[in-house]
Formats: sequence, structure tokens, C-alpha cells
Amino acid sequence: MSNESEIIVTQNSEMHIHRDDEASKIGMWLFLFTELLLFGGMFILYAAYRFMFSDAFSIASIRLDRIIGSVNTIILLTSSLTVVLSITALKRNQKKFAIFLLLFTMICGLLFLVNKYFEWSAKIQHGIYPKGPEMANLPDGEVMFYGLYYVMTGLHGLHVLVGLIFFTFILIFVLKNKITSENIQKFENSGLYWHLVDIIWIFLFPLFYLIHAY
Amino acid sequence: MMENAELVNNPDVSFYNSGSRKGILSWLLSTDHKRIGIMYLVAMIIFFLTGMTLGFLMRLEMLPGARSLMGAQTYNELFTLHGVIMIFLFIIPGIPAVFGNFFLPIMIGAKDVSFPRLNLMSWYLYIAGGLIVILSLLTAGGPADTGWTFYVPYSIRTQSNVSLAVFGAFVLGFASILTGLNFITTIHRLRAPGMKWFKMPLFAWGLYSTAWIQLLATPVIGITLLLIILERFFGVGVFDPALGGDPLLYQHLFWIYSHPAVYIMILPAMGLVSEIIPTFAKKNIFGYVPIAISSLAIAFIGYLVWGHHMFSSGISDTSRVIFSLLTFLVAVPSGVKVFNWVATLYKGSIDLRAPLLFVLSFIVIFSIGGLTGLVLGSLNTDIHLTDTYFVVAHFHYVMFGGMGLLFFGGLHYWFPKMFGKMYNERIAKTACILFVIGFNSLYFPMFIMGYLGMPRRYYDYLPQFKPYHIISTVGSWILILGILIMIFNLVKALRGKEKASMNPWGGTTLEWTVSSPPPLENFDQIPVITKGPYERE
Repeated sequence: MSNESEIIVTQNSEMHIHRDDEASKIGMWLFLFTELLLFGGMFILYAAYRFMFSDAFSIASIRLDRIIGSVNTIILLTSSLTVVLSITALKRNQKKFAIFLLLFTMICGLLFLVNKYFEWSAKIQHGIYPKGPEMANLPDGEVMFYGLYYVMTGLHGLHVLVGLIFFTFILIFVLKNKITSENIQKFENSGLYWHLVDIIWIFLFPLFYLIHAY
Repeated sequence: MMENAELVNNPDVSFYNSGSRKGILSWLLSTDHKRIGIMYLVAMIIFFLTGMTLGFLMRLEMLPGARSLMGAQTYNELFTLHGVIMIFLFIIPGIPAVFGNFFLPIMIGAKDVSFPRLNLMSWYLYIAGGLIVILSLLTAGGPADTGWTFYVPYSIRTQSNVSLAVFGAFVLGFASILTGLNFITTIHRLRAPGMKWFKMPLFAWGLYSTAWIQLLATPVIGITLLLIILERFFGVGVFDPALGGDPLLYQHLFWIYSHPAVYIMILPAMGLVSEIIPTFAKKNIFGYVPIAISSLAIAFIGYLVWGHHMFSSGISDTSRVIFSLLTFLVAVPSGVKVFNWVATLYKGSIDLRAPLLFVLSFIVIFSIGGLTGLVLGSLNTDIHLTDTYFVVAHFHYVMFGGMGLLFFGGLHYWFPKMFGKMYNERIAKTACILFVIGFNSLYFPMFIMGYLGMPRRYYDYLPQFKPYHIISTVGSWILILGILIMIFNLVKALRGKEKASMNPWGGTTLEWTVSSPPPLENFDQIPVITKGPYERE
């Protein structure tokens, strides 16, 4: 499969290198490293501040909705499974099933964002947001907790959104037969990206929602 | 389509004359690594001249001192912009973006990089980042006045245009990451048959090590700069002590990137030295493997020394001792390189052409810069010298005298290949000598001033520093004269008639086996590698 070369003639009608699936995979993994380090910076901040304000963090954590958090975790984990199934289905030339699974994945992603929206707006209604009325009454540690909460889950949500945009393109490509069992690397790369989004959430969830012992 | 293919593969037609588009679009839409390299070169020289002008104005202000040419605020803005432009737009991307793009694929026997379209996108991101930085000059609020380090809490509170400048740096980081990603993949996937890792030219080793740092360090500053913007716009308290934040954490995150960035600047430059020396000593390089490995070692250790920027910030004694020790360790692989270069020259048949003159000047200047780095790396002396002109002198010696000088050295080395024209070598050598004289008179007095206690980033000084400042400012004129003569000489060569041959210096690496300038697809047939890059028959 990877030996098959397709000649792409670009706008300049300059010939360019044939498709190299291996390179594309390496490139994607390298990109995922950079994403990990992007979040890594934030996790360092989280670690430092949690060390400084461990009590305040645990108190502030009570106000986060564990139910929504858990539901979102399940949704995201399920979607990670279905995207793998979708790729496998397409590899076996079961196009319709693959499309169904991909759509299911995307709906999961959307649901995650909808939940996130309700969660955020509930907080904002209570005045808990940077410069919000409630924040002035809170001790430094809790302010820091909510600041990090908004930044980290916000950045994560942005990644979910980007993943959904990727999947929309993939869906169109699959429908148009531009992505097939013979030419599936783009889809696999998007799947890798989606797993990254998932893995980051697996760390975010306990660090924000589960640090308080009842 | 096949006819087209034969047409473009014609090895006698240079890449300048191939392709269906004409005029400016043939550049702006091209995914050819050579054209992208040239576009970087043009942009970079413009940014460099801008940064140089800012530096010139600062030196001019220091000639009489006091409020002569400008006041404190303007001076603050100038040194910030000088730093931001020179570091983010010239020194960091300089050699990889220009020479890496143009020569890496040719040197490893490939037709292009792995992701040509991504490569073009990096260029656009670079230009966008540069324009955003320039835009921060002109919009309301005025240019950033924080210094290029954007330290909090001042960068959160100042009314100047920090957000825009920081956002520009963020976009530039993206360009840098994508270039690094592209180069790593290219080196892994597209080496010509027979080119084992230890048969790669050392410039490619330098780029490979650099690319890993670009990839692994840049995201950290990305998120840090993003946090500054979020703090400024939304008041999220992450670093602001008023909200319980810790400004020291900002410094940590900033230097986790910005110290390795120093090696992003210098490693490709060192790779260039390893290209130029064997060519002009007419000899195989001495210690190929140690030089290659020392690049990786510098990249690795360089990742772990950021704390030495914070010796006087109030970090614990334990971490200061560890960071100081690790800092000393960087000197080991750097020393390995210098000794191997000198050993390569030993008993070589040295041909002192212009590029070699640049390289020899580099070795002397960089050694001064490196040794004074050890002075700053030890705890006691650093406390005395921190935030003085000694630091300014040190990093100009390693950065400008290191990467800057070699950028021009590389330009002289590869100019015949890139443009197919030959420059006047006597003028080039004169320019190089003027550069070195000007450089040393500009920056050496700063070591003495710093030792005597002249603090950095002030627009004024005490009378006892007057003689040093005069020497320094006069030096800046000589330096600029050298640079202008050099650029004039090269531009004249571009318009001149003297053509360059395929291999004017007698180099042994692959770029010298293709015509000058190279054809569109670089190679008629992908070469098969059987011997080391610097072996001669």
C-alpha cells in the first residue's frame, strides 16, 4: 500500500513527492508530542499551585459537578472506542458502518461540548469566573483553582472542537471515496488526535473533579 | 503529465526558470523548498536590518547619555523591540529556515522536504507573526516596553501593547514547531539510499538536534505566552501575585523554552562550521561521530539548564547548585566541537577564502562568549554580574557573534550555489574584517562596564562609564559599515555577470554535485551514497 505512489501535480505543475504514509504518521506523532508539552506547561502550573494551596483546591473542587464530569468522561471514552471501530470498519471496506460509527463519534464530541457549556454557564451564573462577583470573596487558592479550571478545560474544549472539524472533513472525504481502505492515513491521524484529546481529559477529570475526599 | 515531468526534470534549467507561474505568484504559491528558503532569506534580512537600526539608535543614545536622543520610555520600547525582532524573527529561525530549507533536502539527497505544503504554511505563519510584532508598534498603547522576556507582573499591568507582541511571538512559535516537525520527518524518511545516520552531513545533524528542541520546547512558551494574554484580557490569575499567582513560575516556564532556544540558534550554526572547515582545509573532518553526538548532547543538556537565568530571582540553593553544575556540563560538548574543528584545520591545506574567514572569526568570538558564559554560570560571580552589561556582552558574543556571524558566513559559502553568481571576494573579506573589528569594539567594553557595575536597560549612565560607551558606539558604526558593505557586495554580485561554477570551493557534500543554482527537482537521479560526507578521493 505504501509503495503505491501517486503523483501530485501542484499549482505550479511542479512534481512532488509521492504519498508517504509512514512520514505522515511520524509527522502526526511529532505533532502530538508538541500538544502534550503544551498541556504539560499547564500541568506543571497545576502541580505547583496545588502544592501551594492544597486545602483550597480540595474545597473549591466540591463546587464542580461530579455527575456531569463523569458523564463526559464516559462519553469521551466511548467516542474514542467508536472512532477506532470506524477506522477498522473502513479498512474492511464496510463503508456504511464506518460512516455510522464516525457520526456516532462526532455526536459524542458534540454532547461533550454541550455538557461543558451547561457546566460553565452554571458556574458563571453563580458569579464564579475570572473577575466575577463571587471570586472577590474567595481565598487566593480557590481563585487559582477556578482560573486553572477555566483555562485548562477551555483549552481542552477547543481541542475537542478542532477534532470535530477534522472529523467533518474526514466524513466528507469518506463519502466522496477520497478516503478508502487503501488510503486511510488521514483518518488514522485524526483518530490519533482524538485519542490525545481523550487522554488529556482522563488527567483533567480526576485532577479537577475528584480531589476532594468526602 | 509525463511531458511536463520531463520538462521539469531538466537538470540544465535552474529552479528559478521552472514552473508554470510567473512573477510574484511563482514565489508566494510555491512549495519548492528552495524558493521557500529564498523567501525566508529576503524576509529575514529585512527584519535583521530593522533590528539593527533599533540597536544603532540605542547605541547613539548612549553616546552622550542623559535625555539626548530619547527618554526612558522610548529606550525601553527600543530594547524590547530590538530583542523581540532579533531573537524571534532572526536568530531563532535564521539558519534552519533559510539554509535548512534550501540545503537540507539537497544535502541528504532528497527532492524536497516531507511536507512541502506545510513548509509553505510555516513561511506564512512566520510572516504573519512578524507583521503582528511590527503592528504592535503602530497601534494604540504603543510598543511593548517589558524587554523581550515579558516578565510578569509588569507585562500584565503595563498599558503598552504587550498582548499583540506576545501573540506575534506565539504565531512565530507555531512556524518554528512546524519547521522542526518537517525536518525531523524529512531526515527520517528521505535520506538517499546508502546514507546511513553517520554518513549524513554534519549540518543535517545540527538541524536534526535543533528540530527536536523546536518541537519539544516551543509549545511550553506557546502556552506561557497564551496565559499572559488570558491574564491581560480576562483577568485569569495564573501568574499575578495580586491573585495569589507566583511570578517565579512564569520565569521557569519562560526559560524552559527560552534557554533551549539558545541552542536552537547555535546548533545549526555549529553544523555550518562543520561544513565550511573541511571544505577549505581540503581534508576530511576530524572526529565526525563526536561532533554529531555532541549536537545531540548539547540539545539534551541544554534542555535542563534554564534555572541559570534565575540565580538571583530567589530559587532555592539546592536548585541553584544543580542548575549551575548542569550549565558547566554544556561546555563539554561545546568544547568537543571546537577542538575537533581546530584538529581538522591542523595539517590541512588551508585555503583562506571569505567563508573560512567568517568561521575562524566565529571560533575566536564564540570562545570569548562561551568562556564568559562560565563566569555567569557560577553562582558567586553571577550574583555580582547579573543584570549588568556583562550579560549583554556575553549574549551578543554568543548569539550575534555566534549565529549572526555564521549566518553571514553561510551566506557567503552557499551564495554561489543559491544564486549561481560569484561575489567579489576581496570586498567580502574586507567586510568580514570590519565586522569583527566593529563587533569587538562594540561589545568588549561592555564586559568591562558590566564588571564595574553598569546596569543593563538604562538610557543613561554615570560619568565614569563615558569612555567605554564612546568606544562601544564607535564600534557599532564600524560594525554597521561592515554589514552594509557586505550586503552591497552581495547585491552587486546578484546583478553582476560573473557566474559561479558547480563547485567553486571544492566541497564534497551533495549540494556541490548539482548545478548552480540547482534544478527544480534537485537531482536527475537520486544519488546512492557509498562514502562519508567529507571523504576525498
